[in-house]
Amino acid sequence: MNTKSKIATIAVALGMAASSSISHADEDADLVVNGEIEMVVRTAAPAHLEGAVSTIYSGWVFRSDETQAMQADDFDNPGMLFVEKGEQLFNTAMGADGQSCASCHQSSDLTNVRATYPQWDAEHSEVQTVEMQVRECQTEQMGMEEPWGINSGDMLDITAFIASIGRGQIVDVAIDGPAHETWELGREIYYTRFGQLELSCANCHEENYGNRIRADHLSQGQINGFPTYRLKNARLNGVQNRFRGCVRDTRAETYGIGSDEFVALELYVASRGNGLTVEGPSVRN
Amino acid sequence: MFTRHIILAALLGVSAGTTQAEVVSPSAVVVNEYGEIVQSLTGIAGDPARGQEVMTTRGLGNCIACHEVTALQDYPFHGEVGPSLDGVGARWDEAGLRGIIANAKAMFPGSIMPSFYKVDGYTRPGDAYTGKAAEGALEPLLAAQDIEDVVAYLLTLTEY
Ligand code: HEC
Ligand code: HEC
Repeated sequence: MNTKSKIATIAVALGMAASSSISHADEDADLVVNGEIEMVVRTAAPAHLEGAVSTIYSGWVFRSDETQAMQADDFDNPGMLFVEKGEQLFNTAMGADGQSCASCHQSSDLTNVRATYPQWDAEHSEVQTVEMQVRECQTEQMGMEEPWGINSGDMLDITAFIASIGRGQIVDVAIDGPAHETWELGREIYYTRFGQLELSCANCHEENYGNRIRADHLSQGQINGFPTYRLKNARLNGVQNRFRGCVRDTRAETYGIGSDEFVALELYVASRGNGLTVEGPSVRN
Repeated sequence: MFTRHIILAALLGVSAGTTQAEVVSPSAVVVNEYGEIVQSLTGIAGDPARGQEVMTTRGLGNCIACHEVTALQDYPFHGEVGPSLDGVGARWDEAGLRGIIANAKAMFPGSIMPSFYKVDGYTRPGDAYTGKAAEGALEPLLAAQDIEDVVAYLLTLTEY
């Protein structure tokens, strides 16, 4: 019996179920999805992070062996069921004009979307997330009076589909030009110590990634894997919903999903992942 | 005889006053140049058993979220964000520990450790963990006696 299985046997005997949240991840593992999509789960940090971190890591790196394995194969990734629903929605007519997304887009033309959003929209003079772009298509192209809510089930499904077709693409959001001001607001928010616990995103995800905080193993809080399927609530979870949870946990008043502040924060956090690959829908505990 | 009674009553009155009413409010705490708080926040000796409860309970101090403590091994999931507290009762005295817990930032500038006895100076303070804005005056994260109890517990951690 090797040491590892001996320890496992002892742990079981002691009644310490090998819970996914306590077992340490294999932080050196590589991720190849379906034996074919090669992911970049660690790479040199983008230039704008100089002095902050030198290497960026996908959140996948910090998850337990079991959770890591689930994301490596679409048959084991529960998020893929929602991707199927998203694909159906992509082909479903909606709104007054009877059009579907597929009326205007071949899905193969959208493989670069997830890797390059949020991005500047010149027509509306604002930085848009993928969700905002979908809503714009729905109201301005498809004659829908009530576009999907940013955090609605349909929106999560379709963004999971859009992420899935972009898997393996290198994240590359633009931070210069007209988006720069928004990016700077996002950076300011990232370093603000919020709430009665006075904690910033950086306190946990820049200064303490790799460390445990209670039962959680802190990652860099990257968003290349969104939307994520969480085992905890057994559904897809959007980026800004995650931001809301993290801010709430500092005993702070959060910003709203879709607020200018969270759009700016999403652009900034996305840019901290420039160089990683799109992994959504990823699997998290 | 009569005078003695009066003196006794006066003495009792004074001591009843110290035990009940003399909680030092967060804004009245005196922190010295070293970040220490010399005076007890309540005048009542801390209870180490209750201090242990505060340290390990999520809704209270939740100190083990960030710190490892070998003596608290029975409680699962100790964090690694702060240093191990083994031996902390040998490294620090009562005034130092009280200062760290009440406002760690006075002892360690810029510390990530929350300030447990403070009620203002926050950015977007929430109504506990609801994500909503706090309404009205904030309570400190821990009550004055909780802090005295935690100090008493930490002073028992003299072994490395
Ligand atoms: C008190 C500590 C703490 C603070 C402060 C905090 N987070 Fe988190 N965050 C966590 C924990 C714990 C997790 C779950 C484990 C992990 O992935 O790090 C998490 C997860 C995340 C994730 C999911 C990562 C993934 O791969 O699934 C993102 C994104 C994130 N945080 C962003 C943020 C942002 C942005 C802020 C600031 C607005 C923030 N966090 C503030 C503790 C924190
Ligand atoms: C969010 C993280 C966090 C929490 C929660 C936290 N601490 Fe700390 N604590 C730290 C860090 C980090 C340090 C190291 C000082 C520094 O560099 O900021 C520290 C330092 C200390 C020290 C000095 C340690 C030494 O070795 O000299 C003591 C004592 C202490 N903490 C006690 C507590 C107690 C008691 C609680 C709960 C009531 C608590 N801490 C909660 C992060 C935390």
